Amino acid sequence: MANDDIWILGINMTKFGKHPDKDVVDLASEAALAALADGGVTIKEMGVLAAGNLMGAAAGIGQQLQKQIGQTGIPVFNVANACATGATALRTVIMAIKAGECDMGLAVGVEKLSGAGMLGAGFGVAASDEWTPAGRYGAVSGFEGKLGTDMMPGVFAQVGMEYLHQHPYDGADFELFAGISAKNHFNSTMNPLAAIQKDMSVEQIMAEPMIAYPNTRAMCSANSDGAAAAVVVSGAKLRTLSKEQQKRAVKVSASVLTSDPYQEACQILPDVNTLTRIAAKQAYELAGVGPDDLDLVELHDCFATAELVHYDNLMLCSEGNAVDFFLSGATTRDGKTPVNVSGGLESKGHPIAATGIANIWEICYHLRGEAGARQIEGAKVGLAHVIGLGSACGVHILEKSGL
Amino acid sequence: MPVSLVSDGEGPALPYDSEVHTTAHRRREGGAVAQQIPMVDYLVLGDSPHLVANECTDCGAKFFDRRNACASCGGTSFKKTDIATEGEIRSFTIVKAFMPGADDYVPVVVDLGGTSVRGQLMNTPAEAANIALGQKVRLTTYSIGADTAGTEAINYGFEPVN
Repeated sequence: MANDDIWILGINMTKFGKHPDKDVVDLASEAALAALADGGVTIKEMGVLAAGNLMGAAAGIGQQLQKQIGQTGIPVFNVANACATGATALRTVIMAIKAGECDMGLAVGVEKLSGAGMLGAGFGVAASDEWTPAGRYGAVSGFEGKLGTDMMPGVFAQVGMEYLHQHPYDGADFELFAGISAKNHFNSTMNPLAAIQKDMSVEQIMAEPMIAYPNTRAMCSANSDGAAAAVVVSGAKLRTLSKEQQKRAVKVSASVLTSDPYQEACQILPDVNTLTRIAAKQAYELAGVGPDDLDLVELHDCFATAELVHYDNLMLCSEGNAVDFFLSGATTRDGKTPVNVSGGLESKGHPIAATGIANIWEICYHLRGEAGARQIEGAKVGLAHVIGLGSACGVHILEKSGL
Repeated sequence: MPVSLVSDGEGPALPYDSEVHTTAHRRREGGAVAQQIPMVDYLVLGDSPHLVANECTDCGAKFFDRRNACASCGGTSFKKTDIATEGEIRSFTIVKAFMPGADDYVPVVVDLGGTSVRGQLMNTPAEAANIALGQKVRLTTYSIGADTAGTEAINYGFEPVN
């Protein structure tokens, strides 16, 4: 427990799904108070707060939260980084502690999204009686349905299909991606906090309404309400806390945030690959572990087509072999590298800003040996990955306390 | 009357050349004069419609939007480069129409001689069985309608090369 190590002291996620009677402040408060209680500390001990609520990014969720759970005067960072908002809040708190500004801090992500429909549709050009070029492309009309799609199911469908172009697969692509979704939906049956708990066969998933080939509805992340929060502590401070707190604390062996470096085509179709691979590489080096050391992985399966490419990007398999890796059963909960044992975003749900902390909660849950029916036995090391378009990628590697 | 696509005046002047700026092409149709305007200013109409990119003179990276600088190398000098009109599909999806009466559509990413562009697959049934990764396609144009002044907006898409 070196002085400059970083630890998760307390962490919590709310149930994901529909919360019609709670607003974002209620949900954020619920997760924050539970994370503080989980860590055995109070808001008065926090030296920094970083918070995100993507859909209400201008409203200052951090201060709104303080007004409910404690206005202690500490610095607040309201962050927004697409689907990586939660990971960015966590990363912000970690940076503050690493910089020596404080020894404990709170990161919170919250979103209310149920019923929001498909995200990403752009209608950038106002209707006019006469064609009037506007914007950076001098466009006279919106792009959607005329020059590709900016709706997320179609964007990520193309991400998955591009992988199969680069690494040709002789089998049926639709069935392949549905199989990934079936794995995650099966896992969700053991997660009472998931928005959707329903075991679905490959055939059932393929028979769901098509959204953007090959993603059917069951292969898309569920728009949900939810929040997640984490209390971060320095190694030096943790040593002054109780043995029980030290035992349940989870070490953050690597915390990495990247954006996408320029690649040909990256401004045509978002490149979610390069920045994920870079983040993973940095994280493995920082943590001194490799993909083979991982007992479980929570990765950003916003769509079934996305999960496939991240097997490769996170180097869970050899380059170009994500299909064979999946078909080998390696990513099932009994496999070599269990992926998304929580049920993934396809069933757990994806309240955007909460996602990047909720996936870390899942890893901590297993590393602490508290995961009940879905416990991955003997889990010691886990990786949490999240990606937001634009792009931002967060990768955290977490390790069980040695105590 | 959209006779010019000169930018909205914001940002540095990384100019489109006169060919692209003068976008109201005149075309005779049965004696009538029809005005045309491209859907986007990187589509050049005329006898051989094609796309034109802003190419960084330092590193060769190509972009289709108005530029402030190069995302690859930071350079600020650009030249116009015509893009090939034939290439292959490197990715696609089929977006299901959710509005009644609307058609499904097929967004594609096409590799045109080493430059990736986005567009829609045309003249092909919107079913996976009819679309293949690596399929050869070529640029085609079509009208997306006329405005109150009678100007037709022309978009591009891609169709299979048989």
